[in-house]
Amino acid sequence: MNAVSGAWDWLNDSANWNGTDGVWHRLGEHVYFTVVCLALACLIALPIAIVLGHLGKGGALAVNISNVGRAVPTFAILVLLMFAMGSGTDWPTIIALVLFAVPPLMTNAYVGMREADRDVVEAARGMGMTGSQLMFRIELPLAFPLIWTGVRSAAVQVVATATIAAMAGGGGLGRIITAGFNRQITAQVVAGAVLVAGLALLIEGIFMALQWLLDPMRRRRRPRSGSAVPASSPATPATP
Amino acid sequence: MAKRNCLVSNDWICGEYLRTRSHELTDATVQHLWITAVSVAIGLLIAFPVALVARRWRPLAGPVLGLATVLYTVPSLAMFSLLLPVFGISPAVVITGLVLYSLTILVRNIMAGLESVPEDVREAARGMGYGPLRLLFAVELPLSLPALMAGLRIATVSTVALTTVGAIINYGGLGNLIYTGIDTIFKAQVLTASVICVAIAIAADVLLLGVQWLLTPWARSRKAA
Repeated sequence: MNAVSGAWDWLNDSANWNGTDGVWHRLGEHVYFTVVCLALACLIALPIAIVLGHLGKGGALAVNISNVGRAVPTFAILVLLMFAMGSGTDWPTIIALVLFAVPPLMTNAYVGMREADRDVVEAARGMGMTGSQLMFRIELPLAFPLIWTGVRSAAVQVVATATIAAMAGGGGLGRIITAGFNRQITAQVVAGAVLVAGLALLIEGIFMALQWLLDPMRRRRRPRSGSAVPASSPATPATP
Repeated sequence: MAKRNCLVSNDWICGEYLRTRSHELTDATVQHLWITAVSVAIGLLIAFPVALVARRWRPLAGPVLGLATVLYTVPSLAMFSLLLPVFGISPAVVITGLVLYSLTILVRNIMAGLESVPEDVREAARGMGYGPLRLLFAVELPLSLPALMAGLRIATVSTVALTTVGAIINYGGLGNLIYTGIDTIFKAQVLTASVICVAIAIAADVLLLGVQWLLTPWARSRKAA
């Protein structure tokens, strides 16, 4: 196909990789935004959700925030923030990215804490564990898979939102796509899309590998049966 | 006092904008609605047989869900761009992308719904002489409706939001107004389009909740009893 070979040629031209509009610079921006915003969102959302989950309070908020996050178009929020704060800074992008990473983090962490095996939690309480021991030594390790699913979901969401930021004048790899559209070069559009998709899949893969490596219960958990996620599951993905 | 023109002063909320551009807003809303509706409808039509096949041939379930997850990981702007050479600049680009996203959610939920049907119920229906087709449509499908509808609601709401990204090829419904409003920093246009977009998502969610209420009368009587 013409577009595929065109995109291949575009990617093989070293001129497209260097300079401020080059792939390396845009990739750097994209990764920078992703890492900083994901870290910020985790710092904000996880402690709140974990404590709420431990106390069993604020469930409606923690779950519904995901529904709200899905209904609000990221593109609209990016543009509105840019209008409100001016287009000269990175703040609109950073705020939008953090905003849309929070819902999956909150919901998954909250539900993970709530769904930690109640029998185990009761047994630990019976053994005289205090609230904080219970939280750090029992509930958190048990909730880890779901918490991490939230982090993974948030990471994918951040990569996607950072791409859309280019439509609102932000940086990142999405800029290669939008520039391709502006100059009506399909090869560049496709090449940019391949880069973005590759980055997203790579990040998803890294987080999946980390899930396995970091899981504190990895050696002790029996293999789970079934792969389908129930409808009420918090693990329903965020918007791409 | 002379009437201040909010279009000139570029206010966030502007009645004059609503009056003078109402046809533009209507056109964008109509495009938004049909792109969303067609995408979700096609998604549902494809997801159902896919879920049935994955249920019938168990080894397929893993790869099907894996592929769906991979598709969901691709950011929307990249997805539309990758489909561009296939369809050219046409609504098919946006619709195909949105169908692929909705499939992820719908296939998962239909499979989970079918799995949630108790084996006893299936046995009872078979004992009453139900064939496989009648079992599916008269017993399994109704019982898995709550899961299916939950998935349909999630898919619809996220599709409404994602349609805006189609603005990159001018088929983004209300997203088009947001995109064209960027260059001129047209606050009223962007805010109005955004608000309508969220309103559509909420309305669609409530509508589907109503449909579910109508389709599952037994769930109501059980609660009332």
